[in-house]
Amino acid sequence: MSTIFGIPAPALYGQILIGLINGSFYAMLSLGLAVIFGLLRVINFAHGAQYMLGAFAAYLLLSWLGIGYWPALILAPLIVGAIAVVIEKTMLSRLYGVDPLYGLLLTFGLALILEGAFRYWFGAAGQPYSPPPQLTGAVNLGFMFMPIYRGWVVIASLVICLGTWLLIEKTRLGAYLRAATENATLVQAFGVNVPLLLTLTYGLGAALAGLAGVLAAPIYQVSPLMGSNLIIIVFAVVVVGGMGSILGAIVTGYVLGVLEGLTKVFYPEASSIVIFVIMAIVLLVRPAGLFGREE
Amino acid sequence: MAVGTQYLAEQPRLRTSSMVLGAVAIAALMAAPFFFYPVMLMSVLCFALFACAFNLLIGYVGLLSFGHAAFFGGAAYFTAHAAKVWGWEPLTAILLGVAGAAVMGLVIGFVAIRRQGIYFAMITLALSQMFAFICLQVPFTHGEDGIQGVPRGHLLGFIDLNQPLTMYYVTLAIFLFGFFSIWRIVNSPFGNILKAIRENERRAVSLGYRVDRYKLGAFVMSAALAGLAGGTKAIVFQFATLTDVQWQMSGEVILMTLLGGIGTMIGPIVGAGLVIALQNYLAASAFPVTVLIGIIFVICVLLFRRGIVGEVLELMRRRGKNAS
Repeated sequence: MSTIFGIPAPALYGQILIGLINGSFYAMLSLGLAVIFGLLRVINFAHGAQYMLGAFAAYLLLSWLGIGYWPALILAPLIVGAIAVVIEKTMLSRLYGVDPLYGLLLTFGLALILEGAFRYWFGAAGQPYSPPPQLTGAVNLGFMFMPIYRGWVVIASLVICLGTWLLIEKTRLGAYLRAATENATLVQAFGVNVPLLLTLTYGLGAALAGLAGVLAAPIYQVSPLMGSNLIIIVFAVVVVGGMGSILGAIVTGYVLGVLEGLTKVFYPEASSIVIFVIMAIVLLVRPAGLFGREE
Repeated sequence: MAVGTQYLAEQPRLRTSSMVLGAVAIAALMAAPFFFYPVMLMSVLCFALFACAFNLLIGYVGLLSFGHAAFFGGAAYFTAHAAKVWGWEPLTAILLGVAGAAVMGLVIGFVAIRRQGIYFAMITLALSQMFAFICLQVPFTHGEDGIQGVPRGHLLGFIDLNQPLTMYYVTLAIFLFGFFSIWRIVNSPFGNILKAIRENERRAVSLGYRVDRYKLGAFVMSAALAGLAGGTKAIVFQFATLTDVQWQMSGEVILMTLLGGIGTMIGPIVGAGLVIALQNYLAASAFPVTVLIGIIFVICVLLFRRGIVGEVLELMRRRGKNAS
């Protein structure tokens, strides 16, 4: 068996793949956080809960209505997005004039409500959700066996990230969004409906989290606590990347995921804290984050 | 603009009346164990001190720490270990917890003060989560079990803390010491500079203050006082577990302060009392506590951001204005 730095090659590739998958979720979630923060100046603490909600929506669509994975991939983000629109309209929009910390506290409260309610109904244990039949099994890549679903997640997340980036950078809607991020008052003066834009942005960011939740459902178990542990790591990813850049959030997500996977191979004890350590180092060297700009 | 700027605590007119109120409150606290269950009172005192320590940072420097559980829970572990494994006298064990929390505050604060506002909150949350992971792995915390059966011991070698009333009065003394330390800090020249930083950081810089040092100083003090609360808690309840270092605990202390009133001296105490009372009340019912905490968060943020005490003070201030 071949080894790399004294580590059996399959183990190394396996951990890199796991790192890539974790990184896919870090990237999708930090992307959503960055989009929301860019325009609303709100750190969406409920992002983890919305990811959990997406996974549960897929699970419940299947177990209550018999609706499978592929329709859920569309429906669950729509449900999560719709709930987010209501949240923005009824609560978040009242906080735009005040200190942004209140937005963080409000969404923290919402996250606690969602998590507590799902825990109350479904218990803390995870519910299994099987991947669709088209994506079961594994392929031999020559150097390792890869479960097809995991490969699909990596590709799908790349497509989602790239799509969101294109939406923001290349479309008219994205141009409005970027303009409103720079100067909302001016954009409103030009006749753009900024409040609607804010609502849509929050809905879109939450829908991205919901979509990530559906993708995660077959890999991790569907559990009420799946979001809260992830969101803190995603916060660290966002601090490392700096929230100024969409592309920065995506790249940082994948890179940190892979680094975390590699740490599992070389020094497993540190794997749960490596991202936080990197965050501390980045803050000491470059406080604005790798892709951020000083405000 | 920082959180809590709407309200400034200094109202010299209130000084005499607040001293009378303070004396009444202390007398009431002295008498309380004869009317209420001492364990619950001690729990309120520990969390009230924790919330006051947290409030020192958000209320008077305008920094929202989302990681104060690390100092509270970290100190609880240090104190519990010293008292149980090394057999230290309880007060020395608590002081070790305070020192440990202060050192952690220095390290975490040094990294976190490089960013402001919302980033500061995320960084402190991430670093405290890192500490929670470390606590899960290092052997001395005993992982999921935590440190159980910590002896209360004899204070200074001769005061038996196994007597519930003695333990209560010692806890009360520690709480009052912590509370007056905070009061002293807030009303010192140092505290005034902190408030200046909260109101307008750039102006404070332009006046020649090394803002970062003041922030770090306040952060370490806040961490040490949170450690005092955590260490005392470990002796009172005789255990230290992962619950104390996790982010939910940081959330709870934020809620206590927000509910009572950010930037008021007694708000965090009121908030801590209410939250602990609610938790005790709900413990018997099936209703999930997390959901209720979340709902209170949402209501506080949407309807009364000044908190209960803050709203009352604001009402009194407006009345005073109308009368004069």
